[in-house]
Amino acid sequence: MLLKDEVGMLQRVPLFSGIEPAKLKLLAFTSDRVNYSAGQILFRQGDEADAAYVILSGRADILVDSDSGQIKVAELLPNSIVGEIAILCNSSRTATVRAASDLEVLRIRKDHFLRLMKEFPEMTIEILRVLADRLSHTTADLIDARTA
Amino acid sequence: MEPSLARYIWTHTRKQQIWILMIVLLSMIPYFMSFDLPKLIVNGPIQGKGFEQPGATLPFMRLHYNLPFIGEVQFFSGFQLDRKETLLALSFVFLLLVVINGLFKLYINTYKGRLGERMLRRIRFDLIDRVLRFPPIYFKRVKSAEVATMVKDEVEPLGGFIGDAFLQPVLLGGQALTAMLFIMVQNVWLGMIAVVIVVIQIVLIPRMRRRLLVLGRQRQLTARALSGRVGEIVDGIGAVHVHDTSNYERADIAARLGLIFKIRFDLYQWKFMVKFLNNFLAQLTPFLFYMIGGYLVIGGRLDVGQLVAVIGAYKDLPGPMKELIDWDQDRQDVQVKYQQVVEQFTVEDIIAPGIAALTINDPGPMTNPLSAVGLSIADDGGAMLLNRISMQVKPTETVALVSTPTGGAEALAEAFARLNWPESGKVASGADDLLELPEAVTGRRMSYASSDVFLFHASLRDNLLYGLKHAPLTPVTYDGAAAEQQRWNIDEARRSGNPDFDIHSDWIDYASAGATGPHDLFEAVRRVLDAVLLSRDILDLGLRSSADLTRHTKLAGRIVELRAALRTRLEQEGLRELVVPFEPGAYNTEATIGQNLLFGAAAGPELADKALAANPFFASVLKQAGLDRTLYEMGMEIAEQAIELFADLPPDHQFFQQLAFMSAEEIPAYETLLQRLKNRPFEAVSEADRAMIITLSFAYIEPRHRFGLLTDELMSKIVAARNQFYEKLPPELQNAIERYDPAKYIAAATVMDNVLFGRVGNNHPDAPDRIRSIVYEILDELGLYAELLDVGLDFNVGASGRRLTGGQRQKLDVARALLKRPDFLILNRPLSALDQRIQDKVLRNVLEEARRDGHSPAIVWVVTSPAMAMMFDRVIVFDSGQLVEDGTHETLLAENGIFKELLS
Repeated sequence: MLLKDEVGMLQRVPLFSGIEPAKLKLLAFTSDRVNYSAGQILFRQGDEADAAYVILSGRADILVDSDSGQIKVAELLPNSIVGEIAILCNSSRTATVRAASDLEVLRIRKDHFLRLMKEFPEMTIEILRVLADRLSHTTADLIDARTA
Repeated sequence: MEPSLARYIWTHTRKQQIWILMIVLLSMIPYFMSFDLPKLIVNGPIQGKGFEQPGATLPFMRLHYNLPFIGEVQFFSGFQLDRKETLLALSFVFLLLVVINGLFKLYINTYKGRLGERMLRRIRFDLIDRVLRFPPIYFKRVKSAEVATMVKDEVEPLGGFIGDAFLQPVLLGGQALTAMLFIMVQNVWLGMIAVVIVVIQIVLIPRMRRRLLVLGRQRQLTARALSGRVGEIVDGIGAVHVHDTSNYERADIAARLGLIFKIRFDLYQWKFMVKFLNNFLAQLTPFLFYMIGGYLVIGGRLDVGQLVAVIGAYKDLPGPMKELIDWDQDRQDVQVKYQQVVEQFTVEDIIAPGIAALTINDPGPMTNPLSAVGLSIADDGGAMLLNRISMQVKPTETVALVSTPTGGAEALAEAFARLNWPESGKVASGADDLLELPEAVTGRRMSYASSDVFLFHASLRDNLLYGLKHAPLTPVTYDGAAAEQQRWNIDEARRSGNPDFDIHSDWIDYASAGATGPHDLFEAVRRVLDAVLLSRDILDLGLRSSADLTRHTKLAGRIVELRAALRTRLEQEGLRELVVPFEPGAYNTEATIGQNLLFGAAAGPELADKALAANPFFASVLKQAGLDRTLYEMGMEIAEQAIELFADLPPDHQFFQQLAFMSAEEIPAYETLLQRLKNRPFEAVSEADRAMIITLSFAYIEPRHRFGLLTDELMSKIVAARNQFYEKLPPELQNAIERYDPAKYIAAATVMDNVLFGRVGNNHPDAPDRIRSIVYEILDELGLYAELLDVGLDFNVGASGRRLTGGQRQKLDVARALLKRPDFLILNRPLSALDQRIQDKVLRNVLEEARRDGHSPAIVWVVTSPAMAMMFDRVIVFDSGQLVEDGTHETLLAENGIFKELLS
């Protein structure tokens, strides 16, 4: 997969969809392309968060530790991003992510990501918009849940 | 040190000074003979005096003297020579005298020069010898760069002066006196005039020069302070940048340079002023001669002949006078310099020379207890760090010194190490004052490590073994020219009062490290490095450095085996894809295009990095392979992409680390280049521009940069070009490149690259770490672990060891102290840069290592955390400079005192 294809992939990630392609290209160029085989761990719950991952191809499982061992809570498909919240708010990983098949991801380093946001305010606003959108959805969901 | 320079010179060079004076007097004979000869030649054979009759002959070399009472005595009647023969003979005598005079001059100058150089060597050595004997407190007050400049620069002019120190006044004084006497003989009154002027010169000029001396002293002091400040800036460059004070430093330096300029300019002004006056006075005399002498002649009281003779004789006076005055100036100048230096090097309480006397034999163990008796120690400001402490450390005992922040345990440890001298009381070994014991005893039977580590600018190995280099233990035998050189070395060293210890001897005291020689020393080194947990760091350094193949032959010899082992292991663990190996006939996708083309490590500057594309031979290979256009187009594409991506970013942006093709500074240049070349056909582009663009393609790695520029066809072309390159490699480039050969060790590459013999895939997270641990395992299995550690020990630690981290430096210091296997091991918060967990681990290891093989040294450890005290036989607690508790860990815990408080 070439850099320009990666840019196309990134554009399909909601978080990045409003950002101009030139910036996405820079983000892709400065990120590492990493391959995992099935079963390999991308990161573990409790680890310090140093990067976000965009799935380019393959599948991955999100696992959460519980009293009865690890439970799979979600599955990641291509074009999805994982770990972005943790690098934005300096928290540790809230779940473990494991490759479920041969997996190709773009690893966006935390410092690069933050640096880009600082450098290009329009990108930050775009990300803010997506996050606010998510929040309003969550709030709406919450109200629905309460009233139901 | 001798405060008077003249006496210092006289004491050390008396015989030589007298000898050279004799030679100079002897040289006067032919010198004066050569004065007389031209007259003889002109008057005799040329003008024909004594050859009036044709065919007349005169005796040549007739020796005859008029002796009193006896009358004329003839020793040799001489050869009878005619006019032409006489001319020839006399001319040859003249030539002979020229040669003799020249030879005398050569001998005298060489002798004086050598005398001066020897004295310079002696003075410098004396100064450094004193530095080695200064009491510790002195070093808190001086800047090292100032001491260095004193030893190096300030005594330098002394060398030039020493040869002339006594010779010049005697000689010039003699000449001046003769001329004066001659004037006096001609006419007393005119002589008196000359005397008066000379006296004025002698009195006035030195008086005026006094200001020159003052300025000279200021010049010396300001220059010394400048070098001190420069040294400080270099040492403290971190602090300068951290606090944005570089402009403050600039201002300070500029102010100092301004002051130095002012002093130097003043100096020039005065110097030329004095020169003017001196010249004026010298010229005043002939003026008086002409006026007064002429007046006397006109009055008939003096005949013309006498006046002319006086004026003629006076010509010989100003020269020697001026030189004499110059000599006096030099003398005062060097005397001031010398005094300035000597003052700085004269300190109280200098260590007696015998304390550090060279001792070859092992001084035997220290079996007496080490004790502090009424020991008080003050800091530089006079505050008491320790107040009348008395305590004793018995041999084999392990003692933890626990201290509150103002406790003073550190001062006690320093006192045990002789680094801090008592204000009152003493530190004693048995009944002996520790400060009076030879360093040969304390330096070998005791060791000390602290948090304040000093490392020398040398390899890790040299630093580690430094603690064993007490004396030249093995005599070295030299043959042939080397033996001659060695004899000369010893002879010259003695003549300059330097010691003749052989620096090339093996100074390492193997026995003290528990080894018998170089072959088994490594075992001891490895154990202490393991104990302080430094081995892994050194192995990492070893992997990242290139091995010296003359020393590490084993590594090179088994490289094929190593590479094969790595492949097998990667295969077994299913990690095959982690490393893409170099194969002579294949393209390595994880390596750059440049690496694929070159397929070797550059061993010289010709084919390294940026020079590669511009190399004419390499360019011709690319052209023949039809790659020049392709790579050029590729380079253009890369340049466009890179500029598109990066042009908006500020030059210091961290993203530039990701951009392998060009640096931030080069972007503007490439931007304009791109503009210029964009629509130009390839053929119309100059060689230099092509090279600039092609260079960009050399850094390209497809899986990493993902521009989609690499095709299968291009890869095979590159491999073909590689083969072409090596087939046609011209002889002058043979040594500039080491080709990758699966069966050969590549000296120019790092050990890691040699073992890998390939590139780690870009797409695998944590691949480098996994591979490194696999490499260590393999090295261990093949018995090459020690070899790699040895490569790591070659690592140069940099100035003051700054290429190591603070923690590594401290570990190295402890390892060095341990290696000596001392009777008393004093450790003063030695691992403060490490976290507590590692400190505990090292503490445990060190206690164990120190007691290996039934050895049982006393250990005094100033601990950073009271919890560490649990590991020791005895715990002593200090508070406010007092010893407040002393007992075992259990008893102190039971006491509910300060120790328990500190622990909680």
